[in-house]
Amino acid sequence: MDRFVFLAAAGLARGAVLALFALSLVIVWRTARAVNFAQAAMAAAAVYAAFAVTAATGSYWAGLATGLAAGALLGAGAERGLMRRLPAHAPLPGIIVAIGLVMVLQAGLAIAFGPEHRPMHPPFSQRPFLIGGVPVLSPYDLFTLAAAAAVMAALALLFNRTPLGLQLRAAAFAPETARLLGVRVPRMATLGWALSVAAASLAALLLVPTELGLNPHAVDLLFVNAFAVAVIGGLDSPAGALLAGIGTGLLVSLVTGYVSASAAPLAVLALMTLVLLVRPGGLLAPKEARTA
Amino acid sequence: MSALACEGLTVGYGGAPVIDALDLDIAEGAVVALLGANGAGKTTLLRALTGLVPLRTGRIALHGRDLTAESTEDRVRSGLALVPEGRSVVVELTVDENLRLGGLWRHRRKALDAAAEDMYALFPALDRRRRAPGHTLSGGERQMLALARALLARPRVLLLDEPSLGLAPKATAQLLGVLRATAARTGLTVLLAEQNVTGALSVADRGVVLSLGAVAADRPAADLAADPALRHAYLGF
Repeated sequence: MDRFVFLAAAGLARGAVLALFALSLVIVWRTARAVNFAQAAMAAAAVYAAFAVTAATGSYWAGLATGLAAGALLGAGAERGLMRRLPAHAPLPGIIVAIGLVMVLQAGLAIAFGPEHRPMHPPFSQRPFLIGGVPVLSPYDLFTLAAAAAVMAALALLFNRTPLGLQLRAAAFAPETARLLGVRVPRMATLGWALSVAAASLAALLLVPTELGLNPHAVDLLFVNAFAVAVIGGLDSPAGALLAGIGTGLLVSLVTGYVSASAAPLAVLALMTLVLLVRPGGLLAPKEARTA
Repeated sequence: MSALACEGLTVGYGGAPVIDALDLDIAEGAVVALLGANGAGKTTLLRALTGLVPLRTGRIALHGRDLTAESTEDRVRSGLALVPEGRSVVVELTVDENLRLGGLWRHRRKALDAAAEDMYALFPALDRRRRAPGHTLSGGERQMLALARALLARPRVLLLDEPSLGLAPKATAQLLGVLRATAARTGLTVLLAEQNVTGALSVADRGVVLSLGAVAADRPAADLAADPALRHAYLGF
């Protein structure tokens, strides 16, 4: 039982990061109807910016702020400089450009910083608290949970309770109708990409200190798992990303603890397959529209 | 005074033009029925006026201001609104969200609340379904919502594309009645593209018949309705 509690607590923190990264994919899908396959590389670039500022100033918080700003700028730049210029209603060019962007960013980061793992230190201890002699969440896990929860809550508020969020959603769901209602759709797409990559960058910034360290591929596995989470939850559903993220985080932690780390990706794949067989649109996919 | 003026509009999708050197002038406060058979160019003209389809040549002015080079969003913000064919409700949003979306650029929060309440008073069927998701609305409710949303922004010129499409006669009559009453009360200028010729001419001051992308007739609505030769030649009844 002690082992289960420890693994579940660890899974909760991992799940929060997964949910946040998955939410970033949901945001860009909801605001621009695109899957950003360069999300991991862009988030890694933002983490390198944070790493450089922290190294120069000695402040984790300055690095964190820089990382978020770099993520937002990268997202906005990718949308304005690349994605906007691609033909609408054809997903393939977007996928090809994103893959090209991954190659450029990862090669550029390797040239600039080297391919080796660079240690990133967390701002809080990673030593878990003991409750009844059982190790549970560490101060850093609590920070991770709080940061992910705060950002997800802020994004939920933005999208569901503000005029800007309403315009972001309308621009994604029905761009032509939104334009006819005076919504500046290209601006909404830029903002969506900026928010999305900033959220992904935060997830990466929270994850990297708990892993081997920072290298150009440090966020790749997070992207793969988060993409599965976004699909499991329903690509259109922020609540689905949260639910599936926590569930998948728990699953990965328990399978890693009780079986082996190698089996964890297979467990995620099995979960995704099972969910898609039962609910092809994901757990919280939107309901079908009335047609008469 | 001219509310909407088009000079030499030519629009097409590749080959021969769908709208060919069209001139049209609509006076402020007029309700104009835009009629014509399928393929005459009604929808293309409305989409070109709002900038959804680019012009090959020509000029568009709204109350004397040249809109030709402006984006769709800027034309809307200048006072030109289009309710497109097909009940353009955002089905993922609720009725209230759809409605408010129409006035976000125009109103501050309190004014938007008041404007939304005005629309609910005008369309009580929507008032009862404020929280309902768009995908649960019937065709008539969607058309009402699309019209209410366009009116919420207080446009100066309203373009409507086949608002009666797929609606029962009672719903069509109700919709056209609201449109006529609103135009009379507010001085709104309306360009109404319709296949329902009788319904459109019953609320319009003037009828413009399009044929092969050009104006085939432009006369008072009552004259047009009473001219069997014209009706037979261009409108098929």
